[in-house]
Amino acid sequence: MDKCCCNAKSRLVYSCSGAANTGEIADQVSRKLAKEGYGKMTCLASVGAHISGFVQSAKGAEENITIDGCSINCAKKILEHIGVTPTKSYIVTEMGVEKGKTPVTEEIINEISSKIKKGISSKAEQENNGEGDKNSGCSCCSC
Amino acid sequence: MKIEILGTGCPKCKKLNELVEEAASELSVLVEIIKVTDINKIIDYGVMVTPALVIDGNVKVAGKIPSKEEIIRWIKEKK
Repeated sequence: MDKCCCNAKSRLVYSCSGAANTGEIADQVSRKLAKEGYGKMTCLASVGAHISGFVQSAKGAEENITIDGCSINCAKKILEHIGVTPTKSYIVTEMGVEKGKTPVTEEIINEISSKIKKGISSKAEQENNGEGDKNSGCSCCSC
Repeated sequence: MKIEILGTGCPKCKKLNELVEEAASELSVLVEIIKVTDINKIIDYGVMVTPALVIDGNVKVAGKIPSKEEIIRWIKEKK
């Protein structure tokens, strides 16, 4: 929670809570992003349960970012259910993760987090940005 | 009726407090206005963005200042 509510940009991050590797990666990525100050991770289940504080926070935040594990897109759909369109939605299976196969490692969490910070939501977008080759370009920062 | 204003005390929180007092005055309703500045208590409400307005335990708005008309409507709904 920011000390000053006037100037702080409010960006809330919602992760799906799926049981598969994809849900775990989405969750860990969200926690890493929150720790690094990208946004505040909040509780998707509470939004789904219509807990007033969480619902109103979603409606009042400047940005709502959803990180889903797969194309079922629960996080995005839960927000849409309360009338909120996510500012940006990410699906980890569209970012190089295979459901049931890709192991949950620090490396993959770092990779997905980095892509999200750069606003890259898919492999196609990454290639369009000229970042298809991991060995090329700048890799010194995660901005 | 208990109205809580959640926030750390910045100008937006003060503006919200003013609006609540004006709304209550216009309706001639007796309300207890409580300012909640403790971060842990704010989080307990599930509020992630401030300022926020809570009426009898129900968060009516968070992250923005409502209009006085909205506040009046919420108070009337609770009367």
